[in-house]
Amino acid sequence: MTSTSTSGNSVPLTRPGFGGGLADVVRQRFLLKLLVRKELQVRYRGSVLGLLWSYVKPGVQFLVFYVALGVFLGLEKSSRNPEGLANYAVYLFSGIVLINFFTEALSNAARSIVGNGGLIKKIYLPRELFPVASVWVSAVHFVPQMVVLIAACLMSGWHPSALQLLAAAAGFVIVAMLAVGLGLLFGSANVYFRDSENIVDMLLMVATWASPVMYAWTMVRDKIGEGWYTVYQLNPITIGIEAFHYSFWLPTTDGTAPIPPHLLSLWIPVGLAVSFAVLVLGQWTFRRLEGRFAQEL
Amino acid sequence: MSVAIEVQGLNKQFVLRHTRSMKEAVVWLLKGRKGDISKKFHALHDVNLEVRQGETVALLGLNGSGKSTLLKHISGVMLPDTGTVRTRGKVAGLIEVGAGFHHDLSGRDNVYLNGAILGMTESQINEQFDSIVEFAEIGEFIDTEVRFYSSGMYLRLAFSVAVHTDPEVFLVDEILAVGDEPFQRKCLDKIKELSEAGKTLVVVSHDLELVSRICDRGVVLQHGNVVFDGPIRDAIARLRAESSH
Repeated sequence: MTSTSTSGNSVPLTRPGFGGGLADVVRQRFLLKLLVRKELQVRYRGSVLGLLWSYVKPGVQFLVFYVALGVFLGLEKSSRNPEGLANYAVYLFSGIVLINFFTEALSNAARSIVGNGGLIKKIYLPRELFPVASVWVSAVHFVPQMVVLIAACLMSGWHPSALQLLAAAAGFVIVAMLAVGLGLLFGSANVYFRDSENIVDMLLMVATWASPVMYAWTMVRDKIGEGWYTVYQLNPITIGIEAFHYSFWLPTTDGTAPIPPHLLSLWIPVGLAVSFAVLVLGQWTFRRLEGRFAQEL
Repeated sequence: MSVAIEVQGLNKQFVLRHTRSMKEAVVWLLKGRKGDISKKFHALHDVNLEVRQGETVALLGLNGSGKSTLLKHISGVMLPDTGTVRTRGKVAGLIEVGAGFHHDLSGRDNVYLNGAILGMTESQINEQFDSIVEFAEIGEFIDTEVRFYSSGMYLRLAFSVAVHTDPEVFLVDEILAVGDEPFQRKCLDKIKELSEAGKTLVVVSHDLELVSRICDRGVVLQHGNVVFDGPIRDAIARLRAESSH
């Protein structure tokens, strides 16, 4: 976006306010790091448990779901319920950590532009920094949950292959890209219409149930048939969750549970592609809307 | 000297009474866009301005004349509807000092955060850190959370970070109300020092006395139009004549 200068000066004239989007975020890594650190410092300020809350909240959530769904609704495999899922606790938790990451990341990213309005109105900086920082903060909170998950997996005899670990990494990338993309989209829309926050809250509620976090993917296929199941599979979160099940849950079982067909060869690449497309759409929308952030906030 | 800021045919309209609810917007669309959902307001009208490197320019005008809006276009916070704004080198604003400060962080963390927000690199901040603290006269309180600072300490630290960003173009919006009398004088000296070092300054202030001491050139805005551009004395005289109407 630089224009060449008319005089002989070495530094060219540039048009202020026309940034490079997400590329600028990479260039401003130091600022991103400071914004993330600020967020982490401020989040649990004045609370007794501090970062422990990152363990306690998902722990309680897990317990409630496990008792209600695994025990009461009979999703857990037992002698009286041979049809259930083996190691349902690990199954459930490996999905919950990923969906929690997505929920926290998107809901904060969608509010990040309005929340930082005071700054955006006064100083020009790449505004993509704020949604990206929100997702980054959520990724930091995701780490302790992963530690708990891996500990639980190891206790259940986890023995993953390299391919399975790679699938988990891909699953995380899919969900993170989706969170940034939707965060940019809803974060910028939120400046114009505060309804955006409510749409996000609704979406997040649906997201938890529209992917096989609590139940098995086979139940969906059996109920809605192959055709609709393909539609269900197009959801990047579904693919991310299935990748997590494949790498964390499956190696703790006897390995006979069916995994979605073509998960590795087709669906993970599809998930990466869909998430990337959402990221591009989010960035495009953001660039179109950000020119008027300062006057609308 | 070459051009530092070049504004050509800049137009900016603001939409007033803009609704924040989708419902109202949808109802308005369904009704066939009848009635005024919003009102347009011409904040800047065909503004042309060229500032050469090392010039000290004051933007003058009554409230609502578009001075701050013009400054926001130069900093890149706002984008023009039509026309172009171009700048050379790093532009930094002393625009409402302390915008990037966070009350729950220590002074030290705030220096780093704000320095980075204003475009400094990590090594630049490390290098300038002692000088920033010294200029702000914060001393031992640098590791205290900023919310325990007095308002004077807070503004001094924020101003100090801003003047240490070392840009080519400085945008100054009503910062001269910073701190007590001695610190104001210190700020003023610093600003003069910057202009003597060849920095370009664009200042918005209602304090005409002060502006005439810093700036050589004055640009008078009236309802978004540039109505005068010339020596600071004449610009102030023009503004005084306008306000006495």
